[in-house]
Amino acid sequence: MDIIKTDNLTKKFNGFTAVDHVSFSVKKGEIFGFLGPNGAGKTTTIKMLTTLLNPTEGTAEVAGFNILKDKDRVRQNIGIVFQEPAIDTELTGRENLDFHARMYGMTKEKRKQRVSDVLQLVDLADKKDVLVKKYSGGMKRRLELARGLMHLPTVLFLDEPTLGLDAQTRRAIWEYIENMNKEEQTTIFLTTHYMDEADYLCDRVGIIDHGKILVIDSTGNLKSAVGNDVITLSCTNRKRLEEKLTEQPWIKNIKPHNSSLTLGVERGEEKIPAVIEIARKLNITINAISVRKPTLDDVFLSFTGRTIRDEEPEHPLKQLARIRSRRGSS
Amino acid sequence: MNVKELQAIYVMWLRQMKRFIRARSRIVATIIQPIFFLFILGAGFNRAAIPGITGPYILFLAPGIVTMAILFSSMFAGVSVLWDKQFGFLQEVLVAPVSRLSIIIGRTLGGATTALIQGFFILVIALVLGVQVSSAFGLLLAVAMMILTAFTAVGFGLILASKLNDFQGFPLIMNLIIMPLFFLSSAFFPLEALPSWAKTVAMVNPLFYMVDGVRGSLTGMNFTLDPLINLGVLLVICIVVVILGSYFFSKSEA
Repeated sequence: MDIIKTDNLTKKFNGFTAVDHVSFSVKKGEIFGFLGPNGAGKTTTIKMLTTLLNPTEGTAEVAGFNILKDKDRVRQNIGIVFQEPAIDTELTGRENLDFHARMYGMTKEKRKQRVSDVLQLVDLADKKDVLVKKYSGGMKRRLELARGLMHLPTVLFLDEPTLGLDAQTRRAIWEYIENMNKEEQTTIFLTTHYMDEADYLCDRVGIIDHGKILVIDSTGNLKSAVGNDVITLSCTNRKRLEEKLTEQPWIKNIKPHNSSLTLGVERGEEKIPAVIEIARKLNITINAISVRKPTLDDVFLSFTGRTIRDEEPEHPLKQLARIRSRRGSS
Repeated sequence: MNVKELQAIYVMWLRQMKRFIRARSRIVATIIQPIFFLFILGAGFNRAAIPGITGPYILFLAPGIVTMAILFSSMFAGVSVLWDKQFGFLQEVLVAPVSRLSIIIGRTLGGATTALIQGFFILVIALVLGVQVSSAFGLLLAVAMMILTAFTAVGFGLILASKLNDFQGFPLIMNLIIMPLFFLSSAFFPLEALPSWAKTVAMVNPLFYMVDGVRGSLTGMNFTLDPLINLGVLLVICIVVVILGSYFFSKSEA
């Protein structure tokens, strides 16, 4: 059963197309991830699916309800953790959850029960009566995750759930997300620009860039499409070697970087001698060569032609808005 | 309106009350300022013979200061939606399965309640300082006008909050628009002292109807218009501003 189904979902801002005819579906119970660099259209997609923005074109169904015609029913069935923190820091953790529960029309008994359940799930039970302004960044994030689950949503949206958190906290958040998915059978839709996050958490991943979905598949399939092994090498005359290697049938794909080449192959360790031999014949010196298992980084590179770290500059207006909001809140 | 919407209104109100009670320094600041006005201006001009004022100056001044306390703190309560915008909390509110109208009603009730608490506090101090209430009906009328003032100012704050992106524009509007209007509201001195153009301005100044109305009904002295006329005008202004505020707020995106 499809929990989310979009049909040519499109959003334009003053002529700039943030999301461009996106169609995909998310199955019940899975963890689905949108992977892409900043400004790829991930947050805009989430905002449309959660009824905060109206699409310019196309439509979508979330939990069986149309995001345009049945906003209230959609809202009742979703939980969301925004990219930027969205908690009232002048209230305690418990009060924030209680506020949320009442906004979702939960009865008193249910409210009490759920507050203690979700606090348990994210290990915040002992901090529930502390003002949120005294929480650490990781604790705030955990509280937001708990709040997203308060009203037993069918699907939970997580927009960059671990942005700006340290490695240890990220790991912990991942475990909470996995628990939520398993224990509460919540379908999870998340966006991220961290490869390791998508790799660790997601059953299926959609790679999105410039508002378009380039590919959707399970992380395993995506990686084996690149080749079971990836050979990375750096050498003197890269261009010349690349031309020669392109002729070899056993190389699944080949991508040049600034100073190195990556080759997708089967049984990589057996192919290294062949590569060296080809280079030697061309009088090219190989400075370094290694073989490893492919990562989502390689997948991303093979679909977009660049690594996710070569981020393009932010949209100027968005950057301005960010600077303004920082200045205002300080 | 069903139970769910009422619960949402209640919890929006409750949140404002909790924040209000916790922000002690803000309470002190917003109450101290009008008290200073009341004591210092009241004492300073007590012996001065100001043309157009009958009775002691404190009697003239107190209703203006009560109105000021309500006006400023309600307006701030309305504008403080900007904090929610900047801290992202507005998104949490807007994504809930609750109508925009209930959110606005809850927010307005909360802001008006906190402002009225401060207003009544100043009123009690004024009574202690010797301001006498003309009649029970007058007091009732004054309370009605204080409530209308609070709702109008919250509504105006909501309009500002939907038009401004951050707090930087707020002091500008306070100093360039609200303060002059307040000086021209007859809060500190009767309008008779002013040139005739200023009197004309006063007639289109909503703050004049608030101050004159509260003064007329509370003390029964020194007023220009019949309190019931003021009440009528204020009611119309209040309805228009609250509708506008709701409209602009419902249009704003998180």
